[in-house]
Amino acid sequence: MRRLAVLLLLLWLPAWPAGAVEPDEVLADPALEDRAREISKELRCVVCQNQSIDDSNAEIARDMRLLVRERLVEGDTDDQVVDFMVARYGEYVRFSPTIRFETLPLWFGPPALVLVVVLAIVMVYRAQQNRSAHEGVRPLSAAERARLDALVEKLGGGEKPRSQGDPP
Amino acid sequence: MIAEFGQFALTLALVVSLVQAVVPMIGAYRNDGPLMATGYPAALSQLLLTGLAFGALTYGFIASDFSVATVAANSHSLKPMLYKVSGVWGNHEGSMLMWVVILALFGWAVAQFGTNLPPTLRARVISVQGMIGVAFLAFIVFTSNPFMRLDPAPFDGNGLNPLLQDPGLAFHPPLLYVGYVGFSMAFSFAVAALLEGRVDAAWGRWVRPWTLAAWTFLTGGIALGSWWAYYELGWGGWWFWDPVENASFMPWLAGTALLHSAIVVEKRDTLKAWTILLAILTFSLSLLGTFIVRSGVLTSVHAFATDPTRGVFILAILAVAVGGSLALFALRAPALQSGGLFRLISREGGLVFNNILLALACGTVFLGTLYPLFLEALSDGRDKVSVGPPYFNATFVPIMIPLVIVMAAGPLMAWKRGNLPNVMRRLVWAGLAAVAVMVWAFLLHPDGPWLAPVAMGIAAWLAVGTLTEWADRIKLFRAPLSDSWRRLKGLPRAASGMTLAHLGVAVAIAGMTGASAWQVERIQVARPGDVVPVGSYQFAFDEVTEGAGPNYNYRRAHVTLLRGDRVITELYPETRFFPVAGQSTTEAAIHTTGVADLYAVVGEADGNGGWTVRFYENPMVPWIWYGALIMSAGGFLSLSDRRHRVGAPQRAARKPVATSAEIVPAE
Amino acid sequence: MRRWLFFAPVGLFVVLGGVFLSQLLLGRDPSHIPSALVDRPVPEFVLPGVEGRDGPAGFATADLQGSLSIVNVFASWCVPCLAEHPLISGLSEDGYRVFGINHRDKDAEAAAWLRRHGDPYTGVGADRDARISVEWGVTGVPETFIVDAAGVIRYKHVGPLTPQLLEDEFMPRIRALGG
Repeated sequence: MRRLAVLLLLLWLPAWPAGAVEPDEVLADPALEDRAREISKELRCVVCQNQSIDDSNAEIARDMRLLVRERLVEGDTDDQVVDFMVARYGEYVRFSPTIRFETLPLWFGPPALVLVVVLAIVMVYRAQQNRSAHEGVRPLSAAERARLDALVEKLGGGEKPRSQGDPP
Repeated sequence: MIAEFGQFALTLALVVSLVQAVVPMIGAYRNDGPLMATGYPAALSQLLLTGLAFGALTYGFIASDFSVATVAANSHSLKPMLYKVSGVWGNHEGSMLMWVVILALFGWAVAQFGTNLPPTLRARVISVQGMIGVAFLAFIVFTSNPFMRLDPAPFDGNGLNPLLQDPGLAFHPPLLYVGYVGFSMAFSFAVAALLEGRVDAAWGRWVRPWTLAAWTFLTGGIALGSWWAYYELGWGGWWFWDPVENASFMPWLAGTALLHSAIVVEKRDTLKAWTILLAILTFSLSLLGTFIVRSGVLTSVHAFATDPTRGVFILAILAVAVGGSLALFALRAPALQSGGLFRLISREGGLVFNNILLALACGTVFLGTLYPLFLEALSDGRDKVSVGPPYFNATFVPIMIPLVIVMAAGPLMAWKRGNLPNVMRRLVWAGLAAVAVMVWAFLLHPDGPWLAPVAMGIAAWLAVGTLTEWADRIKLFRAPLSDSWRRLKGLPRAASGMTLAHLGVAVAIAGMTGASAWQVERIQVARPGDVVPVGSYQFAFDEVTEGAGPNYNYRRAHVTLLRGDRVITELYPETRFFPVAGQSTTEAAIHTTGVADLYAVVGEADGNGGWTVRFYENPMVPWIWYGALIMSAGGFLSLSDRRHRVGAPQRAARKPVATSAEIVPAE
Repeated sequence: MRRWLFFAPVGLFVVLGGVFLSQLLLGRDPSHIPSALVDRPVPEFVLPGVEGRDGPAGFATADLQGSLSIVNVFASWCVPCLAEHPLISGLSEDGYRVFGINHRDKDAEAAAWLRRHGDPYTGVGADRDARISVEWGVTGVPETFIVDAAGVIRYKHVGPLTPQLLEDEFMPRIRALGG
């Protein structure tokens, strides 16, 4: 689907990687290597189209992967490694932007939207209840219910209200 | 000559679409029958004319007429015929042409089959389709003419890109476009209804089949594209949260919400303004996708970036179509009367919940996709951020979990007023299945991420809950089997379609979970004779041979896949080099067991007799595509429902002699 | 209040359209990345010289202090580097100090390239594995930096120089920095 871009535009066509990480990069310590892979997925290849350095076979991505491993071997924490890259290539290399004033809408937009929606529902629901109180809607009596069920059953029972009459 | 003919047909189509946009609309306002009736011939001739233009371009590709610039840039005489044909839509100009053909097809379909619609509504729908046609035909004619001639014509074309010579890539755009463009019907119906000032249950019934058809094709298109990436990319990735992918995913999310809210309009005559808004937004997001992909604002497209004309043109279309329809919405929608009342715990309540979460999911993808652009514009280019998979995974998954949990319960609820304890009782089996699968998945992969067993449990919950609803409907095991069989035959196909589609979601979730969480990867240098253990399998690297294919050289590894002492199969991953195009492709060798893929890729030689190899065990991956297939099948099954056929309800009502047998399956 | 809610979608769309329009008309290139190192001191580094090149050996952080300097990242295999080379040489002829970071290159080839096309550099450092290029936040070749007398990076350009660029972007900054 990223390749859809290729299809639609046919304008940027690097040779596709067969996976990026080469055997000679892999660290001997599997725990450290796992951390390196996870960090690599968080870092953007700066010359690629929306690829992490873990996915890209661009030379600079390889340089950055090697550097990630170098820092890890030297004892950096994951955050220190990422900060090291950010100091050189800017916020742009983070695939997950840090939370700061400029990115507040990005991170808190969705939860804020939830709040707005919940509020809207409560308002609409209240309005509905008021309306139903005015219009004097009352629940069906047992007799009406039975008659309705019989009618629905006769019609084949497609969408009948199952909640009350039906045995579980 | 043929190309000029195509050019002429295209220009004529533009003129006809102008007529189609204007005359029926005037007719609708004056309630003038003959004026409104021009819609049908106009829509039909637009279909014929755009079809002819498309045929003319196809002829250019088949005949390798390199005096046509589009053909010269995107085809080559040595291409296999199949890819010459798929080359027609494998480029900007041709794909836009396909866009308008599909648009004309939908416009014609509503003119042909919408005979039961109120004449003014039908005229307005046809007219709005015509307006969209005007916009895009003008875009093609003025900025992206596919029939431009080259003089002198080159001896051969430039389009030998090996990556594009692949069936998966060749056929997913048509599916995707039917999806994108199909949503134009929902849009046209929404705008027409706003102009009419009337939205009722019948409107909901009319708009649903079109939306469903578009959704079904879009689902197939997205899945096919994802599958292609999976087998062609060479490391088993199947979704990247790329802006181009998101551009197709947003209309899918909004369209899914629309499908569900239109049900509420049809059955309960409420949620009208919201549904109209969704119909407008769904198509707007399709247009936005077109803009994102072709304008170069998000994806770096070098040639377009230097020529902003196309981008500005599409933006102008967006401004008129989206801005205009939303303004109309703002003016007209407040007057829409909402009908039926309902409790929070009810079928409608469930559908509203579905809508909120889908809209939220869509909003999150939207924000993540476009926020970098906002920030760049606001900071005047000084602040650039990247929003990638880590963001989307962190925000999207938490929205999906409650959605899927409620998805199992929703169909079990009664309309208006549900009975929660009753529903929970009926979901006991689903709950048990969920816990069992969770424990099982955890025991199988105790070291994996904790979310994975939870997600597998939720998938099981959805699958069993969905089947419970279906079984209850036909009283499976609670009535004699013959009785169940009779009920099954009487069950509306739309109901079974829903069951299938929901089941497909469960299967796809299981697939995505397994694929993301439990992949086993081995990257190393292997020499002939090496055996590489991957998960519970062993890949025996036997030898590497070189040779030549039709228009490429290949390096092919022979790998024997073993499980213990048992030989499962032989795998032949290849690297192909295309000398004319100067490009390489990797052809992964994939063996699927139905619940996992074993995936082998061969890379470069290390110079000392070894080769870089990448072996993967991708658990559950095939389920992603099975799930998408089941979803699409559900869509088609539902479409085949008599009630969804445009015109069916009205015709049945007009026939007083209708037997009860005809009425019963339709409820 | 409720009525105004219906105007929210169209309002949001107008904002979105405005952003799109400004991005299109300003012709911003989505692949352009603002540099993180502008207005920051040059990184700590020591680069060895290119073997086979005449003249002084490599250069290091300390060499970039004292007076304004231009730092140019280049390679012998890089075609655009050749295209901009006369402009770089011109800067050197005008009396500016120009340093070269030879990016991922073979020393012999780099030395031959400099002999053939002229060597305007005060110092050339051989960055054979691109390790120091990463320290400089280099994304590709060629790239050109302006470093002020205090050793602070003031400007960075990605891609080849053009006479236009030199006139509009480089010279005003260089003059402002008193170079």
